[in-house]
Amino acid sequence: MNKTNLVALGLLSLSASLTSSAVFAGGNDDPLLTKVMLDQFEKGVDPQDPTQFSAQAWLGYDLNKLWLKTEGEYSNSDKQDLEIQALYSKPIAPYWDVQFGIKTDIKPTPNRNWAVIGVQGLAPYFFDIDAALFIGEQGRTAMRLSAEYELLITQKLILTPEVEVNLFGKDDAELGIGSGLSDVSAGLRLRYEIVREFAPYIGVDWRQKLGNTADYARNEGEETQETQFVIGFRAWF
Amino acid sequence: MKSQYMIKPMTQTTNSELNNSRRRFVFGASAMLALMSTPFPKNAFANALSQSLSQLSGKVFDLSIDYKMVNFTGKSARATVVNQLLPAPLLRWKEGETVTLRVKNNLDQDSSIHWHGIILPTEMDGVPGFSFDGIKPGETFEYQFTVQQSGTYWYHSHSGYQEQTGLFGAIVIDPATPDPVIYDRDYVIMLSDWSDEAPENIYAKLKKQADYYNYRERTVMDFFSDVNKNGLANTWNARSMWNNARMSDSDISDVTGSTYTYLMNGNPPQQGWQGLFEQGEKVRLRFINSSAMTIFDVRIPGLKMSVVASDGQNIQPVSVDEFRIGVAETYDVVIEPEVDNAYCIFAQSIDRTGFTVGNLTSDASLHALIPPMDPRPVLSHSDMGMDMSGMDMSGMDMSGMDMSGMDHSKMDMGAGDMSGMEHSKMNMGGGDMPSMDHSKMAMGGGDMPGMDHSKMAMGGGDMPGMDHSKMAMGDGDMSGMDHSKMAMGTAKATVSGLGLAGFGSNNEIKHIDTEFGPQVDMRADAPKSGLHDPGIGLRDHQQQFNRKVLTYGDIKGLHPTYDTRQPSREIQLHLTGNMNRYMWSVNGVKFMDAAPLEFEYGERLRITLVNDTMMTHPMHLHGMWSELETGDADFIPRKHTVLVQPGSKISYLVTADAKGQWAYHCHLLFHMPGMFRKVVVK
Repeated sequence: MNKTNLVALGLLSLSASLTSSAVFAGGNDDPLLTKVMLDQFEKGVDPQDPTQFSAQAWLGYDLNKLWLKTEGEYSNSDKQDLEIQALYSKPIAPYWDVQFGIKTDIKPTPNRNWAVIGVQGLAPYFFDIDAALFIGEQGRTAMRLSAEYELLITQKLILTPEVEVNLFGKDDAELGIGSGLSDVSAGLRLRYEIVREFAPYIGVDWRQKLGNTADYARNEGEETQETQFVIGFRAWF
Repeated sequence: MKSQYMIKPMTQTTNSELNNSRRRFVFGASAMLALMSTPFPKNAFANALSQSLSQLSGKVFDLSIDYKMVNFTGKSARATVVNQLLPAPLLRWKEGETVTLRVKNNLDQDSSIHWHGIILPTEMDGVPGFSFDGIKPGETFEYQFTVQQSGTYWYHSHSGYQEQTGLFGAIVIDPATPDPVIYDRDYVIMLSDWSDEAPENIYAKLKKQADYYNYRERTVMDFFSDVNKNGLANTWNARSMWNNARMSDSDISDVTGSTYTYLMNGNPPQQGWQGLFEQGEKVRLRFINSSAMTIFDVRIPGLKMSVVASDGQNIQPVSVDEFRIGVAETYDVVIEPEVDNAYCIFAQSIDRTGFTVGNLTSDASLHALIPPMDPRPVLSHSDMGMDMSGMDMSGMDMSGMDMSGMDHSKMDMGAGDMSGMEHSKMNMGGGDMPSMDHSKMAMGGGDMPGMDHSKMAMGGGDMPGMDHSKMAMGDGDMSGMDHSKMAMGTAKATVSGLGLAGFGSNNEIKHIDTEFGPQVDMRADAPKSGLHDPGIGLRDHQQQFNRKVLTYGDIKGLHPTYDTRQPSREIQLHLTGNMNRYMWSVNGVKFMDAAPLEFEYGERLRITLVNDTMMTHPMHLHGMWSELETGDADFIPRKHTVLVQPGSKISYLVTADAKGQWAYHCHLLFHMPGMFRKVVVK
């Protein structure tokens, strides 16, 4: 899989649509816009707990967007995570975008690179879905599925349950990843939108390592299950 | 500016300094707080500060376009104004005269003025890129044309976001011949919406989060209260359609009172506009909706309004209590207020997130009570154009079922078409239906032609208390409609499938290929006619409040139909969009990608608009009249802007009597860039 080609294709489509925008009598219906979303920025309440973040940003037009996704985890221990995805996003249905591009896992080391193909959108019953297939070097494959729901308690107090599962095609002993269903996490966050763009929240985050991944963790003397209470904020502009 | 204003507003009516001041009322934080804590008390009108429109009349007009800082909300923001005024000056013309308008652009960007609803040569229409190049910064453009019509119209910029930031004004044209409308005094009532946010920012927010301004989404609390009322299964079923469609039934307006302050003649509601009248006067109010995004529902509690003109054109008077005015529409009403009284001109936004008011009185010390806003509308299945005709109840076994307490009182049928609703095999067994109450069942303007109860087996069931007596049919008088359909039926053959002029389209609703894709989130499968539908949020007002609400079906021209030809063809256009992505289009194709619509010079054609969205769209055709087919071939009314209700269709006739390039678009200004077509007449 030639990643550079994928990205080049994405950028090409984006620039094609850049040139096609002009001002007419009715005004420009499709201006170049940017949205930056810090979906989660949080710290566990226990001093040992890590600081985590998850953010997305897009640049583009109604039907062509360059989409960046990043998430990471930082703590004083050597347990650190940081990944970045650069994707080209194109709608395939009223509520669904197909996205492809690259993902690089900067931490932990050794770092891994992947080609990405995924779908992101809004499923019936208003579930926000993000599902992606990752194809890495040396025949590595992985899959991630996440779903989120927004439950309005009031117009500004919003409860967000979410779940995520990760699957891997083969063992990656260096990183302690086992093949098959590797981990499941679930979160519940209660935010208050002071304004649409800024909302502090409290929440709980639960993660369970499974199968071979859990075995690796046990061998290292690590926990296979973690529960954290978090405080954080969500922001976008 | 002065918090004491709230405390003794009456005494300030004599304050000449304020009286003479053209400055807008600026209220400081403390005054704002006082207003918040006592929402619009009786004496909230600041008569001394109420701004009236300033009028220019004659044949030659000098208009200069500038930026100006204004303050409607307690915060200062930049507006685009004409002659330093917002609204722009009221222009008073005379039918038959040639007017010259020298428009100077002092902005740092191109500008333009479009004369909305005025029949004129294409190069005077003021649409940059179509009829002229626009007015460059520092330049003056001279518009000149002969006024061929009379009535109430308006003008606004057709460049950028200038109209949204204040570049709009009223036009009143006095007729050359004696006015058929009798009145002693007239006022223009210009309704608008103001936001301190820059329009491009509002647009960007809608693209990033389409429900940004909607603070009335359904909550968990609503769910539990519905479960309490209707049970879990019913609530779940009722929600499932919305959940599957990923749409919100509270999505009435894209931009709401959370950012808009609604103005009447440039006055925010805290201040109100004030008009005076004298004993025995008939007062003509010329309503113009110059909002960017807000449809208003207008009433004057305590007064009947006789609607005498629509979009500037005289109509056969209709007496109403309330009317909906779409963006860019105008309505003239005549009222006969009683002396020593004060009346509130109340215009509430369609989504009930705000209102604007005027005080009409014979005595400046009298102030009308401002009524509360009506309940907010909630969209129904019929607003998605869903077909209820196939609703099969044949297997529904109700034997033994006790329906004694069955309450249909709040059942809102919208304008749903129930033509094929079959009750014939509905088995009632021995069920009793003692006090089945249909009294408040609102039928909107719905058709129920084929509703067949004839074979409904009642078994031994009694229906003693079944009361249909107050079951109001909206305004839809079924007998009249039936007659018109009979007439159509007999003459249909002569016009090869097209319906007769005046009665709308009979053609099949077709969704063409371009309507399918990520840019379109909904297609109305069975759009009903919007003609007799008062519209969302108004359908039950007859039953609830005993208010007669104007519908398009009530409008008949005063002048006999100008062009009595039958339409030679029909163009079906679908208004489409994707709410979530905030994209708008016609037939799924946005303006930038669309070929022009071509009309042949001189032809008489029909346009049928099908609304495949859940928003109400005011569609405006430049240069030619939109002759709305309201059911009377002899008196087809002429309009320039036509509201197309959600999930509905409506038809009008056009005589292509104006060569050139014309704009045709939705007048909700954030829909306009996509939901736009060029019309070429050649």
